Amino acid sequence: MKPDLKFTFAVDLQANTLTVTREFAGPRPLVWDCHTKRELLDRWFAPKPLTTKTKSMDFREGGHWHYAMVDPSGPEYWSRIDYRTITPIDGYTALDGFSDETGAINPALPQAEWDVTFTDRGAHTIVRTVVTYPSAEAINTVMAMGMEAGLTSTLERLDELLAILTQPETQG
Amino acid sequence: MVLHMENHSPALDSIFHALSDPTRRAVLRRLGQGPAAITELAAPFDMGLPAFLKHVGVLEEAGLVASQKSGRVRTCTLQAEALAAAEKWFDEQRALWAGRYDNLDSLLATLGGHDNEA
Repeated sequence: MKPDLKFTFAVDLQANTLTVTREFAGPRPLVWDCHTKRELLDRWFAPKPLTTKTKSMDFREGGHWHYAMVDPSGPEYWSRIDYRTITPIDGYTALDGFSDETGAINPALPQAEWDVTFTDRGAHTIVRTVVTYPSAEAINTVMAMGMEAGLTSTLERLDELLAILTQPETQG
Repeated sequence: MVLHMENHSPALDSIFHALSDPTRRAVLRRLGQGPAAITELAAPFDMGLPAFLKHVGVLEEAGLVASQKSGRVRTCTLQAEALAAAEKWFDEQRALWAGRYDNLDSLLATLGGHDNEA
């Protein structure tokens, strides 16, 4: 049985942010370790069917995590998360950017700021991640990147989309 | 996740700006039910017609709305393709985090972080 754990995803177009909040059935020190230790990150960070491959991890202020999400059909998508501030086990801030296999950041693509906070909820842990893009143009750039040739999908859930865009919990 | 830039549509540049305003989102929501005349669209809003037409102009520039004039009536239609591009990106981002966190649930269960059976 999968526990019913709360997940919210909100977009704030004025602030250029995505806010992801999720509850986890685990104590805060363990959830923190899962976010900050390479051997644990490698076991969950890429969504299925992708897998996570760490090239280097230096979890300290000024250090970075260099990793790839590996597609089973071959392609590897390299990224780098540069840690700015770390307050164990309350949270950290970082810059998330696209890189290549050598760890060089792709300057053509925007980096997003991450502000990740960990709080107790009984024996559970709430993780809240605020992803801030530098501008609306930056979001457009990453959005365009994800568009595959011949986008023909039609809009089927306008109300749902507009609801995401108007989540009351985000600053408005 | 798909690293191709060649499909960058100029219309995308203004979609976010267009969606960032509550009046414009309300207009889109109304047009989601079907085409409507400008006067009908403007009726719920407490603003002058010129101000309202500016909002419609922003939506048209973003490629989210098209309008056609027939006699003295201008009718607006939702252009779902442009909005679908934004929706797709939000869906992908949401799916990325949701999928990632499902993995973390399994990992936490494996690590014995909770006494519930996984």
